[in-house]
Amino acid sequence: MRSGAQKGGVKIELGRRYRFAASHRLHSAELSEEENGRIYGKCNNPYGHGHNYILEVLVSGKVDPPTGMIANLADLDGFVEREVLEPFDHKSLNEDVEAFRDTVPTTENLCIEIFRRLKSFPNAKLERVRVQETSNNSFEYAGDNPEAFEG
Amino acid sequence: MVLLTRKIEFAASHLYNNPDLSPEENRRVFGKCNNPHGHGHNYTLEVTVAGDPDPVTGMVLDLKDLKEILEREVMQRMDHRFLNYEVPELAGQIPTCENIARVIWNLLDPKIKQGRLHRVRLYETPDLFADCYRNGAEGAGLS
Repeated sequence: MRSGAQKGGVKIELGRRYRFAASHRLHSAELSEEENGRIYGKCNNPYGHGHNYILEVLVSGKVDPPTGMIANLADLDGFVEREVLEPFDHKSLNEDVEAFRDTVPTTENLCIEIFRRLKSFPNAKLERVRVQETSNNSFEYAGDNPEAFEG
Repeated sequence: MVLLTRKIEFAASHLYNNPDLSPEENRRVFGKCNNPHGHGHNYTLEVTVAGDPDPVTGMVLDLKDLKEILEREVMQRMDHRFLNYEVPELAGQIPTCENIARVIWNLLDPKIKQGRLHRVRLYETPDLFADCYRNGAEGAGLS
């Protein structure tokens, strides 16, 4: 099959969206009860609350001419399922995910943890992750490569 | 610099099949996308142009011009078409989201004279998309 690549070429990324539902409570052991209440507001409710998270995973790589793909979606889906969805979906982030035992599970920290879990994807380069906590707020993380935001 | 994005939608059919692979390998690699009669999607295309607003018009580029370019280069070529058989630019390639996005980039880039094409994002479904950018300095992701 033809590669379709041209001189000067373009950089191509593949984006895939996943969903998981999880609960969390924003509370820092380093702050007083009053400070926790003031900073985190209703997110500090001691029993926690939940969100339907949307995770976007962006990977880059050479488009393989025989398949026309950067990465086979079945491989990416399986990797994300194993590394993120299975351990996070329908879980309490604070209680069920080791990384958040001592780290506040804000969506900023969630992005960093998800990036850490996905960066070893063997079939393409992880560029960045974007996590939407609600339809009104979302967060992105590109590891130590802020240029990934420039494309 | 300001980024300006325009969105269009088109509907098209395609199938994934590599004649160099056996029927079994095609089914294994491409799954249900290998259905010989093809299947279709409503594609959403987002085209982002970067530039400085013109001091007189306040525009990076005239949206009417961009709309016409998208109509001519993308809609007339791809809307309500079978991508494998009716789009010569895709001949000999598997019409994945990645390859269609690259073809669209290569069609649009020389046509945009005001501002500079910054990104082409093509959604095949709300959960799957490909992004094209101008080749940066870094080596990863060269295609």
